[in-house]
Amino acid sequence: MEKNRVLLKFHSMTAKKAGLVSCHRCHLLSKLSSRKGKCPRCGAIIRSRKPESIARTWALIIAACIFYIPANILPVTYTTSIGMVQPDTIMSGVIYFIHSGSWPVALIIFIASVFVPLLKLLILIILLLSVQFRWQWRPVDRTRLYHLTEAIGRWSMLDIFVITVLVALVHLGALANIAAGQGALFFAIVVVITMFAAESFDPRLIWDNIENTDD
Amino acid sequence: MTEHLIACHACDLLHRVGDVPLGGSACCSRCGTPLYRPKRDSINRSLAFTMAGVIFYLIANTHPFLGFQIGSQLRETTLATGIFQLYQQDMFIIATLVLFTVVIVPAIHLLSMLYILVPLRAKMTPTFLAPVFRLYLMLKPWGMLEIFMLGILVSAIKLVKMATIIPGVALFAFMALIFVLSAMTVTLDEHLIWKKTEYS
Repeated sequence: MEKNRVLLKFHSMTAKKAGLVSCHRCHLLSKLSSRKGKCPRCGAIIRSRKPESIARTWALIIAACIFYIPANILPVTYTTSIGMVQPDTIMSGVIYFIHSGSWPVALIIFIASVFVPLLKLLILIILLLSVQFRWQWRPVDRTRLYHLTEAIGRWSMLDIFVITVLVALVHLGALANIAAGQGALFFAIVVVITMFAAESFDPRLIWDNIENTDD
Repeated sequence: MTEHLIACHACDLLHRVGDVPLGGSACCSRCGTPLYRPKRDSINRSLAFTMAGVIFYLIANTHPFLGFQIGSQLRETTLATGIFQLYQQDMFIIATLVLFTVVIVPAIHLLSMLYILVPLRAKMTPTFLAPVFRLYLMLKPWGMLEIFMLGILVSAIKLVKMATIIPGVALFAFMALIFVLSAMTVTLDEHLIWKKTEYS
């Protein structure tokens, strides 16, 4: 690690410092022009850093946190069984599986619907704070955390898909019927918003701070 | 000079990328993010998986994936009827989201791969290679078939105490489709495709 840092001081040259921009789609390097241009190879709009990355990511995270509350309080499904209607929230669905003995399924749903969204929001908040307060702490690990949030976020859609399948299959009137609740809507919104939040964060900001203090 | 340089997508550090041996990968020396990984026989292999994918996709979308039976009442559902049920319940946003992530995005992935790979294999360059491949990359995180598959399994477990669950043809097509689609993505050499646009 110590050796690495010495190497960095002499060889660290970023695209930005060299006056180049890396295209976020095709990774072609092109000359940095003052106005926003397009990538000569693939036509995507190129920018040295994602625009207003910190402000946008904060806005999306706050929105996700707000929607996360109704997503967990409101029922995601209404199950009718022989005339009785039973509302279920995400947590009561998990508890149902624990009681019915299938704890591996309970664990899968808990990880996908509760653990992953919270972990993702927490990681993004830590990353944002670390960039804003110019922490020098473990940039490699923070970059890894960012890659992790990008990879795991989509798995939260699991509960939405379970609800879709249940609703599609079980509609036999008063005998057995499952309908989707408002909670499912809010939960879907949370998943989509956090996916956009991860996309709007620019991991290069973590490294910009490190370079600036090296100089 | 510029062509041989690549900037790390995660930390912006410039690297000079030489020849990377097959099976190896070039990673950023500062943050470890993989930058480039050459693939063996990429166009042929990806195209083969794409074609298999198209077949499985058609089966998966036209046949019932689960049957649900209580007594004499049997209910079979295809993907389309499931999404239609959600629309009927006024869950417009969720229905659209499922339609998008499970039906539309995989279809665009398969079609765009066909559009790009068939001409490239015949040593031609498709006219809209760059915008089509850009669309493909943009939609990559939004294809959620594998998560949907897990969703089917979880709901089957949930319903198994309530009624008899009959796995349908589409269920097996879905499983095959997931493997074929990920094989298609893994064998695709993105760098090579972008290289092809430079000579058009």
